[in-house]
Amino acid sequence: MEEIIRIHQLSKHYAGSERYALKDLSLSIKKNEIFGLLGPNGAGKTTLISTLCGMIKPTSGELRFNGLSYRQNRRKIQQQIGIVPQEYALYPTLTAVENLYYFGSLYGLPSSELKRRISDGLHRVGLTDFAKKPIKTFSGGMQRRVNLLAGILHRPSVLFLDEPTVGVDVHSKEVIMALLHELNAQGTTIIYSSHHLNEAQHFCTKIAIIDAGKIVVEGEPQQLIASVNGATTLENVFIHLTGSQLRDYA
Amino acid sequence: MHKLSVSAYKEVLLLLRDWGGLAILFFMPSVLIITITLIQESTFKAVGESTLPILLVDEDRGEIGRLVAQNLAEAPNVQLITAVDGKPLSQTAASTLVGDGQYQIAIVIPEGLSDELNEKVAHNVDKILGEFALTEADSTKQLQRNEQWDPKEVIIYFDPAAGQAFRNATKNNIEKMLSKVEVEKIYAVFIDQMELEEDPGLLDNEIIAFKETIAQKGNDGIIPNAVQHNVPAWILFGIFFIVVPLGINLVKEKNLGTYIRLRTSPVSYLVILGGKILTYTVICLIQFALMLLIARYVFPLIGLIPFEPGTQLPLMILIAFISGLAAIGLGILIGTIAETQEQSAPFGAIFVIILAALGGVWVPTFIMPEVMQKVSAFSPMNWGISAFYDVILRHGTAADIAQPLSFLLLFFAATLLAAILYDKRHQSN
Repeated sequence: MEEIIRIHQLSKHYAGSERYALKDLSLSIKKNEIFGLLGPNGAGKTTLISTLCGMIKPTSGELRFNGLSYRQNRRKIQQQIGIVPQEYALYPTLTAVENLYYFGSLYGLPSSELKRRISDGLHRVGLTDFAKKPIKTFSGGMQRRVNLLAGILHRPSVLFLDEPTVGVDVHSKEVIMALLHELNAQGTTIIYSSHHLNEAQHFCTKIAIIDAGKIVVEGEPQQLIASVNGATTLENVFIHLTGSQLRDYA
Repeated sequence: MHKLSVSAYKEVLLLLRDWGGLAILFFMPSVLIITITLIQESTFKAVGESTLPILLVDEDRGEIGRLVAQNLAEAPNVQLITAVDGKPLSQTAASTLVGDGQYQIAIVIPEGLSDELNEKVAHNVDKILGEFALTEADSTKQLQRNEQWDPKEVIIYFDPAAGQAFRNATKNNIEKMLSKVEVEKIYAVFIDQMELEEDPGLLDNEIIAFKETIAQKGNDGIIPNAVQHNVPAWILFGIFFIVVPLGINLVKEKNLGTYIRLRTSPVSYLVILGGKILTYTVICLIQFALMLLIARYVFPLIGLIPFEPGTQLPLMILIAFISGLAAIGLGILIGTIAETQEQSAPFGAIFVIILAALGGVWVPTFIMPEVMQKVSAFSPMNWGISAFYDVILRHGTAADIAQPLSFLLLFFAATLLAAILYDKRHQSN
């Protein structure tokens, strides 16, 4: 498969911090993969995703998207990526349609096309009847579904998901996961970060476990499970590689 | 352009659905401008028009006591009180009544004040006339006696709650009245000593008279009033209060996570800020128009003088527009730096109050201590007020307000640039 993201010797050091958030990290993500980025708290997952989304600049190293360097093509790359943050990144007092219209407009979609996509999207996630209701009146699951729609309206080549199903009811989770599979089937590369290791095991086609700013292991879920003696789940692999001590940090 | 307009439209929607924010932007400044102007106007009226009860304890029972009582009784806006509950006032009773806050002022004329004044005046007149050898030269003996005098003091009791300005004004008036009594006494002694006729035809009026005139450009006869001072000051205060909802707006975006969406979308931060600048500039102008309409049409209904911008309206709009930009720049900077609403809201509000105090919204800068006057020159509200006063009170032209407006524009550019650089630095860190 063709490479869509290439990370080479990427390091990130936050001012005032004693250690590197990312240290000489190299990774290759292929087109159409569902790439799981797993790791304990403070491992560097969020820093890596923020860097890949163009939100923060790396201290050193090289980052390429479809062969384009982030340094010179940030806007062009951002046009091709979508993000679904862990927070409900929506304006609570605006309706679902108003939120989606605003975020979609930032990607330069023509108004009529954008309205059509919003209507289709809301129908797809079962929220047509709630289209004109303020987000603050929505349940957690409904907000998660709108949150996902806001990240995919412009049909990105790469979609970043940060805990997309956290705090979501079973029905909403079903809808979200089905939509993600559908997007992937249509050619969207998905980069998924979560603490739901069971979900990651079944959802991702490839997984990288990151710890202390470095890739600890990388491979297909079943390969990783087979590589550790006595492991039957991804969780066993995770504990084996990252240890069982608490990773509290402030 | 489309991205800018949808950003501005989003800001409008957010504001329209935020009743608290709307209250801060429109209702509070409206209440403020009415309340403050009403209070200040009432204060002027209280000093100038309403009746002030004054307790008088006349322990002198002589000529001065009588003259003071007569002058107070004849004075406009003064109610002379010499007895309470049918009993003549004593010094202790008067002091207690004022101390309890039942009255604001009590004057005690000490015993023997008239005799002392008579002796002093007689001595001085004797001495002067003696120089001209018009009287017997027996003043040497009197002088020795005078040097042993223990001067008697007129005591004025003030309500502890009375402000210093009120106390000074009242004290000055009483001193002026006593001086008049003294002068009358001196004239009387001169007439007596020189054995002139009872009425030598002396001028009764004050010898030096004053005419209060406002120095201003042009000659259209408009005299600035309290409303003309207050309206621009509080318009500006209202405009700068935009810092609070704007700061909260930015912090909310960071906390909600929408900031992540905005920063990962292919739009420059300036476009996102541009939407806010555009919307809040319009808000500032609506706020300005609302305040002007209140000052023009509501003020007369509550007994205040209506504010008439007249031909200066276009320049006032220009000042409001540029002041709005300065306020927006400050709001964006505070919202960019603050991490939480608990930081941005109180800081923004208190900072605006400090800028207002420094800028001369409450106390004119010319009566501030020298150091504070220098500090005041750095307050954007001072630049705005100067521009408004130049236009409204001094009938200034666009050229006259070019300097304060340039400062306000520079302030806007500097705060916006600082916010963008801070955000950029925050990202790269």
